[in-house]
Amino acid sequence: MTTSQIMIAVIVPALVKILVMIGFVFNVGALLTWLDRRQGAMIQDRVGPNRAVFKLGKFELRAAGLLHTAADGLKFFFKEDFMPPKADKLLFSLAPMVVMIPVLAILAVIPFGDTVCPQSLWHVTKDGHMIFPAVTRLGVCGADPANNIFPIPMQIATLNVGILYVFALAGQGIVGAALAGYSSDNKFSLMGALRAASQMVSYEVVLGMSLIGAFMLYGTLRIDEMVRWQGENAWGVFVQPLTFFVFFAAAVAESKRIPFDLPEAESELVSGYFTEYSGMKFGMFYFAEYMEVATSSMLLVTIFLGGWNLPFLHRDGLTISFGTTTLVHQLLPHIWVTIFQVLTFFGKVLFLCWFQCFVRWSLPRFRYDQLMKLCWKVLLPISLANIFLTGIIFMAIDNAGADVAAGLKIAADVTQALVALTITYFVLRGIIGFIRPSKHTPWVVGSSANQAELAGGSKESPMQA
Amino acid sequence: MEPIDLELEEGELELPSDPMHLNMGPSHPAMHGTVRIVLELSGETIQKADVQIGYLHRGFEKMCERGTWAQVFPYVDRLNYVSPMLCNVGYSLAVEKLCGLAVPERCSWYRMILGELARMSDHLTCDGAMAMELGAFTPFLWFIKAREMIWDIMEEETGARLTHSFGRIGGMAKPPSPAFKELVRGTVPRIIAIVEEGEKMLLKNRIFVDRLENVGTISKEDAISLGWTGPCLRACGVPYDIRKLHPYMFYDQVDFDVPVGTKGDTLDRFLVRLQEIRQSARIIDQCLARMADDGPVNVDDPRFVLPEKHDVYTTIEATIQHFKLIMEGAKVPRGEVYSYTESGNGELGFYLVSDGTGTPYRVRIRPPSFAITAGLGKLITGRMISDVVPTFGSLNMIGGECDH
Repeated sequence: MTTSQIMIAVIVPALVKILVMIGFVFNVGALLTWLDRRQGAMIQDRVGPNRAVFKLGKFELRAAGLLHTAADGLKFFFKEDFMPPKADKLLFSLAPMVVMIPVLAILAVIPFGDTVCPQSLWHVTKDGHMIFPAVTRLGVCGADPANNIFPIPMQIATLNVGILYVFALAGQGIVGAALAGYSSDNKFSLMGALRAASQMVSYEVVLGMSLIGAFMLYGTLRIDEMVRWQGENAWGVFVQPLTFFVFFAAAVAESKRIPFDLPEAESELVSGYFTEYSGMKFGMFYFAEYMEVATSSMLLVTIFLGGWNLPFLHRDGLTISFGTTTLVHQLLPHIWVTIFQVLTFFGKVLFLCWFQCFVRWSLPRFRYDQLMKLCWKVLLPISLANIFLTGIIFMAIDNAGADVAAGLKIAADVTQALVALTITYFVLRGIIGFIRPSKHTPWVVGSSANQAELAGGSKESPMQA
Repeated sequence: MEPIDLELEEGELELPSDPMHLNMGPSHPAMHGTVRIVLELSGETIQKADVQIGYLHRGFEKMCERGTWAQVFPYVDRLNYVSPMLCNVGYSLAVEKLCGLAVPERCSWYRMILGELARMSDHLTCDGAMAMELGAFTPFLWFIKAREMIWDIMEEETGARLTHSFGRIGGMAKPPSPAFKELVRGTVPRIIAIVEEGEKMLLKNRIFVDRLENVGTISKEDAISLGWTGPCLRACGVPYDIRKLHPYMFYDQVDFDVPVGTKGDTLDRFLVRLQEIRQSARIIDQCLARMADDGPVNVDDPRFVLPEKHDVYTTIEATIQHFKLIMEGAKVPRGEVYSYTESGNGELGFYLVSDGTGTPYRVRIRPPSFAITAGLGKLITGRMISDVVPTFGSLNMIGGECDH
């Protein structure tokens, strides 16, 4: 086999995967800058960003304000790149980059689909018809080096330390914030940096500790294996509910958003560690924050929400079964299953991003000591207790015999059914809500002319006549 | 072998440590009303706080001595710019007291309704801004939505949303508009609904309550000795409300309660304001029922009240009267008076001295914010830097009246 063939078989899929992941996160990061504001506007009963317009002659494109993302980006590039005179020039410029890099690097180990078997994607029969075969539910297809066919894992790097790599990188987020605050020559920035450092170091511990219970159940550190476990059994949120909430809180704390936005606490520290930043350097902080929302959502999805799995949709097709009774079994083509799984994964990520924006607009922020108390006195003990409890229950179940195992299998399938019903319900609700015309009670808040009209038309503007 | 003797006293640090000086304000996101707080910090804890006011000083009292008595109204608008109508009414009452004028009943009811609407808008702004500074942006905008409704009524009545300049000596600039009662009756329940919604959002939130509870606590005695009045004093448990204890206009004829707090902390101040919004709604309801639909709003006294525009253009007497009132101003009898009303933040007093001419000899105000801001340093010393924000927010310091 020549090197160029290896190129095609191995490196091209890798490049495509990198493009998909980076492309997704960049686009979602951009989308989130809009979504966050727009969603906030909806919650707050106002219109929100909708003014950015692309004009070409008589053609106008507003796209519900989506163009604001592009306008903001452009604005960042053309703004003066101000640097405080006494700032540490090197560190000041380095900090935004240091913030960006770990966020992007985490993407390497996040699987966004099950392993693809290229030889099973499609066959062309002798008479020219294309058929799309299905694959088996378990087991990974073998490599076929003779024809340069290797299974393609939908993950940029299949590290066997998976989640540890994530922890290692998530910790690097502190460095950027601390550097930015330290080098800015501003007391507010410095305080923001100190807060960021202590907050992130503290929540790092919880982030790690909370997941140990999950590792014990999944029995692996590889993230793709975790997802497979969830597909065969129940989603992580059902088997480790405590962990899910603790991890979610810690993940929001890591991304430094309300209610954990103390490092930038606008009303206290002006803008915290990036007070002195302007132009694209500020833009990088801003953007990194939103990409962090996306990556933390991805982590949550893979570890707790079944990753690419949909209930009852397995690698070989649709199988609705409770315990040993199978209700429906339908083989589906591998290519369709794969596409559906990838879409599912990104759909779930978008849902969690939406949820994080929702949280951001609903809560006030903590005080510094309350934040630390929450971390060390509440979340950490909970996660430790969770490890202990999981251990005991795990032992008990292991020694309980076949009956309990069968019962658990049924329980797991019931959770799958629950998820399926919930998803269906919300999708239907969403569709109905979208179609149904919205009702507005007409209490006019606006110009006095409108009010007068409502009250019987006591005023008439000359324009109306 | 001898142990190494470091000869360190207990608690002594190896590195010298000085408190960090931090300037909060005058331009800082939390310092609305341009106040400057010089903090000495040990970590996040405030060791010393020096509150410096005066960054919005514009010589209000001196300005008043230049024009006529009626020309003071635009200035009092800008005292407390979140509830200008209360300042308008307060100043009108002060001048009328000096002149010995009694306005028609309809005018008093009208003033009470407008004043209570302004009080609602004041409290909505204060509580909303406090929540916003704690990061809860959504309730703030809901409250602002409610305030917009009040301002729409004000716009309908006075023609201006913020600086109404609507009070006059001996009455109001205009009688109530025909739609006034319906508008208010329709709007107030909507405002209360919004308040309830925002309240649910905030008070059922553990983070929010934790941020406010036991923060910025002040005792009854301290509050009284500092000269606090209004919601901030009532939050300490002192039921001192000028509307109840020294009624003016018809406040003795309406039925309302004075909400008081128990601890005097930031949460109490927040809750007292929310309750007062509801009490204001009660007062407005009763006033609407008792305000006559027609009848005069201004006193029938040509020495103080401008004549009808129609008469000004058609009769010589009215023209002369108009000219004298505008050019020389209403001649307020010689004497001095102190008149005080319950404004959004507490006792708003006007001490007026007249030398018998059409120009005030001296206008001295007693702004509630001034006394309240004096207590800020004490409230935040020993607390954390994050506590400055809700504490300062709950005091509702308004630069316009504080820096008189």
